[in-house]
Amino acid sequence: MQYRARNIYLIPYAAWIVLFVVAPIVLIAYYSMFDIDGVLTLDNYRRFFTPVYMGMTARSFWYAFLITLFSLLVAYPTAYLLTKTKHKQLWLLLMIMPSWMNLLLKAYAFIGMFGTYGPVNALLGAVGIGTRQILFTDFSFIFVAVYIFVPFMILPIFNALDELNPSLVAAARDLGASRWDTFRRVVFPLTISGVKSGCRAVFIPTLSLFMITRLIAGNRVITLGTAIEQHFLVTQDWGMGSTIAVFLIIAMGLIMVLTGGGEGGKQHVR
Amino acid sequence: MSGNPKKPRTAVSIYLVAVFIVLYAPIVYLAYYSFNSGGAMHSFEGFTLEWYGEVFQDTRLVIILLNTLAIALFSAAISTMIGVAGAIAITHVRSKRFSSALLTLNNVLIVSPDVIIGASFLILFAAMGLNLGFASVLISHIAFSVPIVVLMVLPKLQEMSPTLIYAARDLGATRWDVLTRVVVPYISPGIFAGFFMALTYSLDDFAVTFFVTGNGFSTLSVEIYSRARQGISLTINALSTLIFLVTLVLAVGYYVMNARVTAQGRPARVEAGE
Repeated sequence: MQYRARNIYLIPYAAWIVLFVVAPIVLIAYYSMFDIDGVLTLDNYRRFFTPVYMGMTARSFWYAFLITLFSLLVAYPTAYLLTKTKHKQLWLLLMIMPSWMNLLLKAYAFIGMFGTYGPVNALLGAVGIGTRQILFTDFSFIFVAVYIFVPFMILPIFNALDELNPSLVAAARDLGASRWDTFRRVVFPLTISGVKSGCRAVFIPTLSLFMITRLIAGNRVITLGTAIEQHFLVTQDWGMGSTIAVFLIIAMGLIMVLTGGGEGGKQHVR
Repeated sequence: MSGNPKKPRTAVSIYLVAVFIVLYAPIVYLAYYSFNSGGAMHSFEGFTLEWYGEVFQDTRLVIILLNTLAIALFSAAISTMIGVAGAIAITHVRSKRFSSALLTLNNVLIVSPDVIIGASFLILFAAMGLNLGFASVLISHIAFSVPIVVLMVLPKLQEMSPTLIYAARDLGATRWDVLTRVVVPYISPGIFAGFFMALTYSLDDFAVTFFVTGNGFSTLSVEIYSRARQGISLTINALSTLIFLVTLVLAVGYYVMNARVTAQGRPARVEAGE
């Protein structure tokens, strides 16, 4: 009887797992072994190791690294200061709120703000630097990406800092550590788990960004995500697209292992 | 804060306010120019509500809005049902290894980048011979919302004392009664939170929908993308202002949900949604 009841709950859920978690991964691996004409071959993998795709992969990782780094540099002090405010949960909510707004609309706003007649150029002109091309540059791409991902970095770091026992900091200070030493030797090491899950939450999605690259970087930046989209929806070369996806999945798995994944439930980023 | 003698406090406020301003600048900027009669996102000419009127006169846009809402509500409702069943299934599993394997599989879609989910679902639908359109978008949204519902419901189920169920069974409740009268009411804050998360996931999704939407069907995100690629139109500004207001309501709703969950003993966590 007990066994039967358990089975009933498991049926829809197991069906979901098989159909939408296992099957898609298997299908991606399967499709990666066919070329554009539907011939079974390992050609796609050979193509992936040519300078074109290797360069693209390297650039993707480089941009993802930069975006993660800048997000961390902005988010850590923010999270740290947030924990010092009086109504910290309210402040946190206010910081997170923009991330609830549709991603596309934020990207769209930046098209206007960074445009030739936009407020940023007006400001530059007023300061005397003069107007320049901001949209469709590496700067605008990285700035917008950092803007979008900063909340996902703030959250886990905030939670880690919030759980930190303040008496540890007091003890370090009492024992003669300077502010900087306290931070470097006590606070930071104890919140490294938050930093790690923040980095994971930023790095993996940025590796596969494609919408922002098109709207903000004007196709100048080609990431692995852009390439997958291109192969699936433009050139219809699903095999090559799947091959890149296979490598992206492998990279993702490696990052999860390196940053001690498994508790992905803390961060909900997609 | 100028009257405050403690200097660090002021520095703290300045930094936070600066981050705050940058985070909100694009939203305020969009909203401000949605009232511009000039028709561009610069040089404000005069106040008008013309663009708001246009949002509602644009039949295509209104249909897309309704589609988006329908997809969000249906997918949130269905994924909540599957997710609740999944969470109950995980707690019922006796073998520790099996339940942690289920949880790992559950989290795959949460950590996967959108592009991978979109591409793999596209292949899946092609393999199944399903035509792209409303159905494929709805199924995708259900599929990627299930794991988050499971994660929201699971903690409530795990903290629930099994004695409640034994007591109900002893008092003669049927299995169905136990589920509907004991378990579901107890975990309802988790269910609501999961439903809300699923709703926001669906409303916000762009990449997955973009892959599986086909030609005839569109959701708001996909529509904004194609319009934004053609250039600036203040109708989008008006629309985004309206959306932000809705988002605000949802955020407050979620916060209240979360506060209710917290009040019953779970640590508070604000979630970021994309």
